[in-house]
Amino acid sequence: MRDIVDISIVGAGPAGATAALVVGQTECRSLLIDEQRQAGGQVWRAKDRSILSAPATPESRSGDNLRERLAASGVSQMTDTRVWQIERQGEHWVIHTLRNGTAGRLYSRAVILATGAREEAQPVRGWTTPGVIGLAGATALFKQSIRLPGRASVVAGTGPLVFFVASEIRRLGGTVAAVVTPNTRADWLARLPSMMARPDLLWRGGRWVADLMLASVPIYWGHAVKSVSGDDRVIGVTLCRLATDGTPLPGDIGIAADSVCLGGGLAPSIEAAQLAGVAVRYRPDLGGWVSEAESDGSTAREGLFLAGDSCGIRGAVAAELHGQIVARTALRHIGQASASDPALERAYRRASRFGEAMTALSVLRADPIGLATPDTVVCRCESLTRRAIEDEIESGAVSSNAVKSGQRAGMGPCGGKYCQSSVARLIALQENRALSEIAPPTPRPPIRPVPVSALAGDFDYGDLPMPKPAPL
Amino acid sequence: MIRLVPDHSARIQRSEKVPFTFDGVALMGCADENLAAALMQAGVLHLRNAPGDGAPRGAFCMMGLCQECVVFVDGQSVESCRLTVSPGLAVKSRR
Ligand SMILES: Cc1cc2nc3c(=O)[nH]c(=O)nc-3n(C[C@H](O)[C@H](O)[C@H](O)COP(=O)(O)OP(=O)(O)OC[C@H]3O[C@@H](n4cnc5c(N)ncnc54)[C@H](O)[C@@H]3O)c2cc1C
Ligand code: FES
Repeated sequence: MRDIVDISIVGAGPAGATAALVVGQTECRSLLIDEQRQAGGQVWRAKDRSILSAPATPESRSGDNLRERLAASGVSQMTDTRVWQIERQGEHWVIHTLRNGTAGRLYSRAVILATGAREEAQPVRGWTTPGVIGLAGATALFKQSIRLPGRASVVAGTGPLVFFVASEIRRLGGTVAAVVTPNTRADWLARLPSMMARPDLLWRGGRWVADLMLASVPIYWGHAVKSVSGDDRVIGVTLCRLATDGTPLPGDIGIAADSVCLGGGLAPSIEAAQLAGVAVRYRPDLGGWVSEAESDGSTAREGLFLAGDSCGIRGAVAAELHGQIVARTALRHIGQASASDPALERAYRRASRFGEAMTALSVLRADPIGLATPDTVVCRCESLTRRAIEDEIESGAVSSNAVKSGQRAGMGPCGGKYCQSSVARLIALQENRALSEIAPPTPRPPIRPVPVSALAGDFDYGDLPMPKPAPL
Repeated sequence: MIRLVPDHSARIQRSEKVPFTFDGVALMGCADENLAAALMQAGVLHLRNAPGDGAPRGAFCMMGLCQECVVFVDGQSVESCRLTVSPGLAVKSRR
């Protein structure tokens, strides 16, 4: 007989890890899977072992606290394990994994997908130059390795993340050449009422901005990076002001820098849920295409639940509460008594309001493709320019899938994660259609690169430490 | 000058530096540090050439998705942002 897990949780960020802690309080057999080496997710990513000591931050404290709680709980964890396919077989979900170069399979009665978010890209000329990293990507560099992207960085992007990154660069001893954000001060003022729900976070953000101002770091409100110069490394960027509708205005500003943190907001990671057969819908206010799920995490697929940012970007605080709610839903599904908790749901709704206000600020005011010139690379994997993709659309490719098969945009090793929203924008522009009509391409397994050699021998899950089966 | 965000750089303690190579060039990096971060720190940003136009590329997403930081270690292609530095690690690039 195969080992069958009652509830598998994919993603050990705030959502998945708290879900695992709730499930771990019951007798049921659970397993928490993550491709990182330690739990924490994107927001509470753990430090490399190269860091012997470093001042604590709110993120590192929350992450350490979560990891301690997980260790004390005895929840079974499979770290450094990538999920590359999920499918239904009879009564069970089969989760295909890759660990230490070996593929494996895991059978589960219920699955909670808490795969979080990824960064949206905003193609501009030169954004592929070494030295340009993602804005959210920069936070991974800070949290994990406590390293800077360069000596003098331009920090560009939307929402609170741009100020967090600039502030972290200063905290780690680097220089911020400029902060560039499409948001205006008026955009921020308009969100103040919903931000009042979290005065602590408002205060923290206010400090970041005040510190940058005291240090005379130029903050370009209502601007965007238009191009990056440099051959095999960044030497500078060009900015432009944006009109209220996001179109670039004339009058370029040049800034010297050796690195750029460039962000275009976050988008939910929907691929795993798509593979499992969950439909998607367009919710730009929640980061773009999100998986269809109820607020308690249930989906149209039996035994499949979604938690955290993967069903709409609402931030870490909301994700942590959502994980607890969704864990209860999954427990009920496998026949464990688990009452819903109205106080928890209220707290989640409150946290969501704050998170959604932040997401609204992070959704690009500028048309994300508006700054890409015809020769700007849009699909990094296949080096396809805006012009090449437009030509494909011109010749009749009217869906993301068609562009994918015609030009291979989205067929590269990233699986289209960093070009699909740009391709959709180009189709929308050229065909005069709404973005909500242009669905992301259908993902095909593997959703993570799997070396052919890995498929040779499966490993045995009987080796895993697992709690005793529940008496169900 | 008043700083509301203190400079913590002097308070970070790291593991010992160990030798590793990138395309045969000797580099030093902190043991167990994320490889993409260690390469960046050593001034190596150009990790591969893009297919098609051959343009230089470097780490971008830092979360194992974009595949821009892929290098070869022991003949296997791996994302450098998902690997760590160990003494004598021999990294080959796609340059
Ligand atoms: C790079 C990045 C940095 C961010 N930094 C911040 C920040 O500093 N502050 C902030 O407030 N918000 C940040 N965010 C926003 C963040 O999405 C949320 O605040 C919060 O992390 C959401 O929690 P979550 O549990 O839903 O998802 P996450 O924390 O993203 O957790 C999802 C987990 O799932 C794992 N996973 C995903 N797919 C697979 C797979 N196929 N196989 C195995 N494991 C998988 C990931 O490794 C990850 O650990 C960041 C987002 C990104 C993408
Ligand atoms: S930087 Fe994107 S995969 Fe490593």
